[in-house]
Amino acid sequence: MAVGEVAIIGAGMHQWGKFIGKSFVDLGVHAAKEALHDANVGWEEIEFVSGANTVRNGYPGWVSGSTFANALGFQGCQLASSYAACASGVTALSIARAQILAGICDVALVVGADQVPKGMFAPVPGDRPQDVDWLRFRLIGLSNPAYFGLFARRRMALYGDTKKDFAAVKVKNSLHGSKNPNARFTKTFTESDVEASPVVADPLRLLEICTTSDGGAALVVSSLEYAKKKGITDPVRVSGISTVGPTYPNSIIDMPYLASDSWLSNGDPNHTFKNKIAQHAYSEAGITPNDLDFAEVYDLSSAYELDWYEHIGLCEPGKARELLHNGDTSIGGRIPVNPSGGLGAFGEAIPAQAIAQVCELTWQLRGEAGERQVDGAKVGMSINYGMFGHGSSVIARR
Amino acid sequence: MGKKRVPAVDGMFTMDTNKPTLLGGRSKASGSYYFPKELAGNDPRSVWDNERDEVPLSRTGKVWSYTTADYPPALPYIIASEPFTPFVIAAVELTKENMVICGQMMPGIGISDMQIGMDVQIALDVLYEDDDCEYMVWKWEPVFEES
Repeated sequence: MAVGEVAIIGAGMHQWGKFIGKSFVDLGVHAAKEALHDANVGWEEIEFVSGANTVRNGYPGWVSGSTFANALGFQGCQLASSYAACASGVTALSIARAQILAGICDVALVVGADQVPKGMFAPVPGDRPQDVDWLRFRLIGLSNPAYFGLFARRRMALYGDTKKDFAAVKVKNSLHGSKNPNARFTKTFTESDVEASPVVADPLRLLEICTTSDGGAALVVSSLEYAKKKGITDPVRVSGISTVGPTYPNSIIDMPYLASDSWLSNGDPNHTFKNKIAQHAYSEAGITPNDLDFAEVYDLSSAYELDWYEHIGLCEPGKARELLHNGDTSIGGRIPVNPSGGLGAFGEAIPAQAIAQVCELTWQLRGEAGERQVDGAKVGMSINYGMFGHGSSVIARR
Repeated sequence: MGKKRVPAVDGMFTMDTNKPTLLGGRSKASGSYYFPKELAGNDPRSVWDNERDEVPLSRTGKVWSYTTADYPPALPYIIASEPFTPFVIAAVELTKENMVICGQMMPGIGISDMQIGMDVQIALDVLYEDDDCEYMVWKWEPVFEES
């Protein structure tokens, strides 16, 4: 598959955390201004704003492209607003890429931000027995961490992973996150810290489960010609984007379903949605896992990060903990994973998170990641996956 | 007289106290099984012919994985009695249908009682109650050897 490339010429973030008194709009606008400043592009030059929606902030959140453009000052450019759960940010990016590659615009601003109530995510209020997201809570009390617990326990049974292996992921990512000024949690945790935190969804403990966060992230993307005109001769390029959905039958229960598909008729019980997300991104970029220098993966839990090593092809199923313990996935190792600190250090700000992952790709590929820099990073992948069959991945290179 | 027992949601399981059964769907065209009957995503091979028969699903299966809810789940989960009692959740593979279905384990089953691959069966339990009714749901329980 030959897919054209676009340039990432600006990246900006608002720090992750809990910001009482600020709205998601404040966080998004802050990130957008940082990205514009970084790109040295004026707001009036932007031809398209692609917003990633938040569903927890009322109507303005459902029309985020317009909301951010209005807050920056309506200047008449084209707008789009997207929601795709955890993949919202990359969906917004994919629309901007398509507009640029189609020649409809030369330069676009992609923004996502969220502000969320404290505690576990819950369905929106109301009685909806026709909604599996409502049913899984009402009938089973099946919260998101419960799925993380099921997947973690499954790894232990299939591959012999232990709770110590999972804790070691948290330890690694907290060390990475301690070097990231945009992270919410910059404390370095030890294995004993993890073991001392309460169990949430056995075998996982509080420190191993991604929290909900506020945050904002933005990118300025353009055609390669536009970047050149701006004097950027060697920009970071987006060379692959994946927004594929699952392929039936999916034998793994994905959030928020109560049951897997039946793989009786034509299914492969080892097939998972997460593999497919990565495969499409590799195919667009025309590369293989061996070409990656680092990856940002969606560590909704510590154990989940190990799943990703296998799903994106860094190792065979069951070998993830070897990579981890060899130090391969630490900064300085063969293929660092989550040099940003990942969700373990950030928490999750849903529409901003996939964009934040691409910000990290950008800074790493430019060699501007400071103490957490991956030496010689030329190709990076971000990948995530969320509810209802939405997932996404980006491959960027320089 | 006890309270009236009603299903917490209609149409997902039978109220047969001795041998309750989950009610799934089966595609007339492709033979694929679904749970819940109408809400589960479709087999793309039967996009133009997606009528589903209601079928009872296997009453027994093997634990595919398990976890706990050590903290109270958010609404619309209803905490039956305070203080909240943690529970075990199992994802169970039905051998005949080749699918995995989640449910709570019956009260009294602890994490140390669980093993991947163990045999379990469907049971009914009270999920919550009000002044008039007990609202029932399916749960899983270990299969005990018949004496």
